[in-house]
Amino acid sequence: MEERDLICIVCPRGCHLHVDKDLNVTGNFCPRGAVYGKQEVTNPTRVVTSTVRIDNAELPLCPVKTKDPIPKGKIFEIMSSINKVEIKAPVHIGDVIIKDVAGTGVDVIACRNMEKI
Amino acid sequence: MEYRDLVIIGGGSAGMAAAIGAYNEGIKDILILEKGEFLGGILNQCIHNGFGLTEFKEELTGPEFASRFIEQIKEKGIEFKLHSFVTDISKDKVITYTSKEDGVVMVQAKAIVMAAGCYERNAGAIGIPGDRPAGVLTAGQAQLFLNEYGYMTGKKVFILGSGDIGLIMARRLTLEGAKVLGVAEICAWSNGLNRNMVQCLEDYGIPLYLSHTVSKVIGKGRLEKIVLSKVDDKMQPIPGTEKEFEVDTLILSIGLLPNNDLLNHLGIPTSRSRGSLVNDKLETCVPGIFSCGNVLHVHDLVDNVVEEAREAGKNAAIYLKGEEKKATSEIEVIAGDGIGYVVPGKVAIDESLENITFKFRVRKPSKNVYIQYEQNGNVIKKVLKTAIIPSEMEIQKLPRKQLADESSPITIKMVAKEM
Repeated sequence: MEERDLICIVCPRGCHLHVDKDLNVTGNFCPRGAVYGKQEVTNPTRVVTSTVRIDNAELPLCPVKTKDPIPKGKIFEIMSSINKVEIKAPVHIGDVIIKDVAGTGVDVIACRNMEKI
Repeated sequence: MEYRDLVIIGGGSAGMAAAIGAYNEGIKDILILEKGEFLGGILNQCIHNGFGLTEFKEELTGPEFASRFIEQIKEKGIEFKLHSFVTDISKDKVITYTSKEDGVVMVQAKAIVMAAGCYERNAGAIGIPGDRPAGVLTAGQAQLFLNEYGYMTGKKVFILGSGDIGLIMARRLTLEGAKVLGVAEICAWSNGLNRNMVQCLEDYGIPLYLSHTVSKVIGKGRLEKIVLSKVDDKMQPIPGTEKEFEVDTLILSIGLLPNNDLLNHLGIPTSRSRGSLVNDKLETCVPGIFSCGNVLHVHDLVDNVVEEAREAGKNAAIYLKGEEKKATSEIEVIAGDGIGYVVPGKVAIDESLENITFKFRVRKPSKNVYIQYEQNGNVIKKVLKTAIIPSEMEIQKLPRKQLADESSPITIKMVAKEM
């Protein structure tokens, strides 16, 4: 593994991390930075947030996210699955919108309570 | 005329947190006035994640963060009115608002918390030369259209300004199939958070042009092209550095300004933050009128907004209960060399005061500097910062016992560390 300098994206603090050949992370303010640093050089992941169409609600869209981070290379495949979905109100925060999206084992869940009108 | 103990202007994160702060101090007669369709304000269109790390110890999207506060407001039975736009506040705290259901209404409040948020600087504010076609809009407007109503604002996009909403929209539009050709920033440094440079631009290979600006807008009817120019150290375009980009959309992320007209009309003095001048209780010079959140000064993090707003609500409650301590003196706070603004602008010294919390921004990214607190030219406290940037608000505490005296102004400045 090559040495890398990274900016931590776990929180807005944005620590400057250094990951050495043996995956030791320095420059992190909190333990989550060490986890991120290791993950970013071995298998970078992101949480994807987007919207799906919703019927019978006060707005035409419901915000959604992947419940956990997914591999970076899967982002556009996941976006294309999300864009095919249409749901009906009511929907509540945490409701599963897509199960096991793009074979990642991660669900896409609703991020806003939207009642039926 | 209606009568209320506490009226809160704005039902976004600050307004809801202020209401909860006052409620928890025993004030029950509260009315929140919100101009929009929903509680939650701008959080509803911020569908990306990263909110709530301090407040809830987890990473939430904007709508999720908002809903936690909305639920608390509903559980506590705090009254709110939607579609209610405040048009005037008088010195004796009569609020006039217009509402879809009730028409024009006047409310006499005993205390007011201003929590009206901020607005975006737009194309008119920077006067880009060239045509005035459709397709030039602010980042927040594009975000609202896309995330709440499902309208793509364009297919080939350029972004002017490296503010966080611009960076987040660069990613969002890319995910929805647009081609984002670049982000231009007139300063030599980025004005967004580091993490957004990484996860919004680098992840998608979107170039960032530092020390560049859009020097011309070209298009009949719809935007067709923009001209990008490098700028000199006076931020003026350098002739000969022009580069054309064919785009149908130009998104502006060029700054946020406190939406503070209502208090400005009252003649309440303004701070360099462009919000009202407040003391350490977040109270303006009109007793019983408080201000918090982005209408006071533009924050980077909603977690800081809700913390400040709860404090404003709590202080409003203390005022309403007649439990405000009498100030023995008042100290002026001055933003000195290298400091953009400081909140609060005044400190009311009273028996309850232990620590003074200062929130400020530096003017330029700097390394190895001291943030120095001075009274009468003498240093009373200094804090070493190995790195400090304007896009991250600094929060520091000064213990009261470190004051040299309780009447001379405090100046906060940035000085280089002698190497």
